[in-house]
Amino acid sequence: MQIWLILGVILLLAAYGYQRGKGGALAAVSGDASQLHSLPSYHGAYVALWAAIPALIACVIWLSAEHQIIEALVVSGLSAESQALEPQRLALLMSDIRNLSSGDIVRADPSLEVQAAAARYTELASISLYAKFAVIAALSAICLFFAKKRIAGQFRARNRVERIVRYIMIAASVIAILTTIGLVLSLLFEAWRFFLRVPFHDFLFGTHWSPQTAIRADQVGASGSFGAIPIFAGTLLITLIAMLIAVPLGLFSAIYMSEYASPRARGAIKPLLEVLAGVPTVVYGLFAALTVGPYVRGFGESFGIDASSESALAAGLVMGVMIIPFVSSLSDDVINAVPQTLRDGSYALGATQSETIRQVVLPAALPGIVGAVLLAVSRAIGETMIVVMAAGLAANLTANPFEAVTTVTVQIVTLLVGDQEFDSSKTLAAFALGLVLFFVTLALNIIALKVVRKYREKYD
Amino acid sequence: MLDSETNSATIADPKVVCRDVSVSYSGKQALFDIDLDIGSHQVTSLIGPSGCGKSTFLRCMNRMNDVIDGCVVTGSISVDGVEILDDEIDAVQLRRRVGMVFQKPNPFPKSIYDNIAYGPRIHGLVRGKDELDEVVQTSLERAGLWEEVKDRLLQPGTGLSGGQQQRLCIARAIAVRPDVILMDEPCSALDPIATARVEELIDELKRSYSIVIVTHSMQQAARVSQRTAFFHLGIVVEVGETEQIFTNPRDERTQGYITGRYG
Repeated sequence: MQIWLILGVILLLAAYGYQRGKGGALAAVSGDASQLHSLPSYHGAYVALWAAIPALIACVIWLSAEHQIIEALVVSGLSAESQALEPQRLALLMSDIRNLSSGDIVRADPSLEVQAAAARYTELASISLYAKFAVIAALSAICLFFAKKRIAGQFRARNRVERIVRYIMIAASVIAILTTIGLVLSLLFEAWRFFLRVPFHDFLFGTHWSPQTAIRADQVGASGSFGAIPIFAGTLLITLIAMLIAVPLGLFSAIYMSEYASPRARGAIKPLLEVLAGVPTVVYGLFAALTVGPYVRGFGESFGIDASSESALAAGLVMGVMIIPFVSSLSDDVINAVPQTLRDGSYALGATQSETIRQVVLPAALPGIVGAVLLAVSRAIGETMIVVMAAGLAANLTANPFEAVTTVTVQIVTLLVGDQEFDSSKTLAAFALGLVLFFVTLALNIIALKVVRKYREKYD
Repeated sequence: MLDSETNSATIADPKVVCRDVSVSYSGKQALFDIDLDIGSHQVTSLIGPSGCGKSTFLRCMNRMNDVIDGCVVTGSISVDGVEILDDEIDAVQLRRRVGMVFQKPNPFPKSIYDNIAYGPRIHGLVRGKDELDEVVQTSLERAGLWEEVKDRLLQPGTGLSGGQQQRLCIARAIAVRPDVILMDEPCSALDPIATARVEELIDELKRSYSIVIVTHSMQQAARVSQRTAFFHLGIVVEVGETEQIFTNPRDERTQGYITGRYG
């Protein structure tokens, strides 16, 4: 609530600053805009940016520091006895104080000390509110004033505004990068905690996966074995089946679309194929579990193979269909990027269309196609919903596609779903698996991008 | 269409005979009833302002227009007495005999060796590696490129300079031993020195092949060709011995073009 008020005030000041800057610039050259170094709107934008940005930064800093400072102040007002509590207990006490202050339900009858602290908390919070409001509004106004003072006929407002805009764009990309780094760090940290409990080589090279750990010492059959080989093997098996479907179908449809289809046919087929990419994966999962799975089992049984209704084959088939548009769409773009002059050169030597495609177009497009396939592989490895629904949970180490297998993503889901304590080996194993998944897909993406870039250099 | 008094569209012993050739792209006519003969073992140049239809005409002779959607070619073109616009004739077979060099050098993204070997391989012209090596070497020698590339035959053809690439494309075209070579402004992307080398090459090649060259450079037409046809707005305005066209044009449009009044 209060944050919207503050933002509103900043916006109003910025709008006012824009008008003042624009008007001030025109006034400085007595209305003759051609005398200005920059257009009047740049002068306006300069003042508006100064009015808004420092205030917004102050607002963000204030909001992120506010709670810690208030709580530290409240804690320092508590009795020595309470201050000496261990961190968790102190946190509970603080949440009591906060709840009492905001009028929420409190655990038990609050003691006098808690009541006093809650009153102090309320007081500090309201001081902070007014102070925040005053400081930010003042900051905005002061910056506006000084920015306005700099406006003059020859003031280089355009260059300044463009520089500020550049910084804003840099900040935006830095935020994206920092998020990725944060993601990796959190994965690394949790995975490190896991590897403190389970040796690294046991995890990477063990062949038995059974993540149930004993909650009580007297429990039976909860060994907790974290050999991830069956999971990696299951992931590879399903990915392999998916790629066996997606690469030929995708590549052939890409060749058809880019080389043989009339523009009308292409215009109809390409969007239809891309619809496949837009289907939510959970719908594919339903299809795999309810239609393809039983069919695969029936098919296996007719050959006398003992197939389960949850099988690697069912999941892989459906996942392959899901990935077709990735392969076909990317390959189609790459094949289209092969210059027509190369095709003409080949035709002029008396090559047929299929010779031209096989010996000139595809080799020229090959690096791009490899890139497309690698991107599709990383997509297949990371796919979750289809395998959760169709491949089963049993961590079998098998190469038989009719058997149930499990994948990295499926295990992460099952390890973390439901009420879990977040410091057991079982839940921490999910982070180790996530880390492996992250690095594998990252490596694949880097290789794919490298390959694609190498291809680009050839024709530009 | 042509007045035989002022034009010598027909010659004795022609290699390619074109009669009443008309071309339209999606209903828009680009060439109107062209009559033109291409002589054996000589260079015929097609000149004219941009958009006059000379490249379109060139592409009729090896049916490269087949590749373009909506392009309709009518009339009659015969090579060595065989009608080539007939649907019975396989354009793939025809193009083996009527090769083409393009405006922009377009080597395949393969090695220099494979660029030359491509044609002989797909047509099964050679038996074994030794024979292929020999075809590659003679083709490069005839294109005047052998000395420059003999030590790096396995490096990509795209790494050569523009002039070398164009000579590579010419070598690639002659590797399948065609009868006719069509050249569509082969020097327009080259510098003067590379141009001079390609022109020397054309002069050299006319002993074995019949060559048709489209060019925007009147000097080039005068230097390399024996016969010249002047195209304008989709018709052949004048055709004759190159010397006659350039020294004594009969049509005032030809005169206007070659003296630089328009074009």
